[in-house]
Amino acid sequence: MERVATFEILEPGILTTIQDLGRYGFSRFGVPPSGALDAFSFRVGNLLVGNGEREAGIETTLMGLKIRALREAVIAITGGDLSPSLNEEPLEMWRTHLLVKGDVIAFKRVRSGCRAYLAVSGGFVVPKIMGSCSTYLSGNFGGLEGRKLRRGDILCTPDTSTALDKLGLRFPTEWIPSPGKEISLRIIAGPQDHHFSEKGIQTFNSSSYQVTPQSDRMGVRLEGPKIERRSDVEESIISEGLISGAIEVPGDGKPIIILTELVTGGYTKIATIISADLPAVAQLKPGDQVRFKTISVEESHFVLKEQEERLKEFGKVIQASSFVRDRKSD
Amino acid sequence: MGLYPRTQFYLMGDRGLLLEFGDEISREISEKVRRMALAMQAEEMEGIVETVPTYRSLLMVYNPLVLALNDLKTCCIRVEEGLQQIPLPEPKLTRIPVVYGDLYGPDLEEVARYHQISPEEVIRLHCSIPYLIYMIGFMPGFPYMGELPQGLATPRLKTPRLSVPKGSVGIAQRQTGIYSIRSPGGWHILGRTPVELFDPEKDPPVLLQMGNLVQFYPISEGEFKEWGT
Repeated sequence: MERVATFEILEPGILTTIQDLGRYGFSRFGVPPSGALDAFSFRVGNLLVGNGEREAGIETTLMGLKIRALREAVIAITGGDLSPSLNEEPLEMWRTHLLVKGDVIAFKRVRSGCRAYLAVSGGFVVPKIMGSCSTYLSGNFGGLEGRKLRRGDILCTPDTSTALDKLGLRFPTEWIPSPGKEISLRIIAGPQDHHFSEKGIQTFNSSSYQVTPQSDRMGVRLEGPKIERRSDVEESIISEGLISGAIEVPGDGKPIIILTELVTGGYTKIATIISADLPAVAQLKPGDQVRFKTISVEESHFVLKEQEERLKEFGKVIQASSFVRDRKSD
Repeated sequence: MGLYPRTQFYLMGDRGLLLEFGDEISREISEKVRRMALAMQAEEMEGIVETVPTYRSLLMVYNPLVLALNDLKTCCIRVEEGLQQIPLPEPKLTRIPVVYGDLYGPDLEEVARYHQISPEEVIRLHCSIPYLIYMIGFMPGFPYMGELPQGLATPRLKTPRLSVPKGSVGIAQRQTGIYSIRSPGGWHILGRTPVELFDPEKDPPVLLQMGNLVQFYPISEGEFKEWGT
């Protein structure tokens, strides 16, 4: 595949990486999935610019990213509202835009959420490692040289179409997730809820917890009322497999939500956040308040199917709206 | 209590099913985990995303949009019933060279003092037996192995190091392990191996796998530096 230089990183911001939907099937070798934390927003971005859902895109955290287009490109920005701008003018999120050479996109400050996604028509070209383009930061591989992006990095896209037929497409406003002041995360109890006292479970279910600054792509640390353990069980368990959304409670009784860069752990897990609410977890930033709400596994599967249907439906709308305009013959 | 008479099933959210076989670290439980993991992998069931075998449990990660939880459970129960008929591959022994002490093993002297033996005796004990790989976890290709001879059982560092070099060979309680990539770590470091444990370009990407055996042997600093050249 021919590739061309499409973007230059002027400022990398706090943390910007190349991600896709993750690296699956390798946990038994100690390799975690990684991937876009808010997979919902990420997928919508790809759909908007006419990509397959799995093409590589940019994930940027909180603020500071500034990039310059080196050629024409169709993009979409989704996820948390980090006040994106195009040449200093506010840029509408959740829709496609055409960039021309020299255009500068910047993310100046957080309006809501924590992570934004930039999808580009054709996707970013980086080597696929173990089937994925996702950056695994602590493993130092994937994405661009296994690291976060830095000033001067050049990002390439395939030398094919620029999906001009997708220009102006929008994701339906009513489907855009809009987190309130206090975020409610739905959970399924366990696997080690029986290690906690009745009082501990009560504390966990009825309290509000605050996101601390000690949070990254491995986990979100929460501050709040201490969760009491049963007196006859040990603080830690024999190490076992983990998935993102698992809520560990270490010895200090303060919960940690596990994200996508861990495969095993030895702390008790009081509950696990449902898959459909992981995008909301990805948008938590220090200072945010969360509460937990227990639901049944049947309900969680229903909710997930509903979310999936929306994406499918939107994918169809996108396909139907595009008219034939082959740029390859230009 | 050892192996449970009946395997416990736990939910890990809406896409994880945890099969727990016992409540301690033992060879018997480990063998059951390995058997079950291999058998479930052999099923090649659509919708199974990950099989993660660990000391005493097997985590099955599934895609609920493709595979119903009940179907997965039924499959696990059926596979477990026929488990004894599945031949287990013979454990493979891998010999791992280690340069002990000095800057390669900054905690060798302290471990020797802790047990009131000489550093040479620590090395002799550490190399004296093959270890079972109970699980791969924590980082790509990191083997959790045991049991160390009783005379080497050492608690974790009070303050974990921010950075442990790749290849570092460490001990914690009755376990020994190898830091396959540079990372923070709380184990006492006895030495370092020049052998690559993880290569994302290879299939499989890891040198060591659960259920196999490792025996360490000492090499000199010169041999370490010349390794692979």
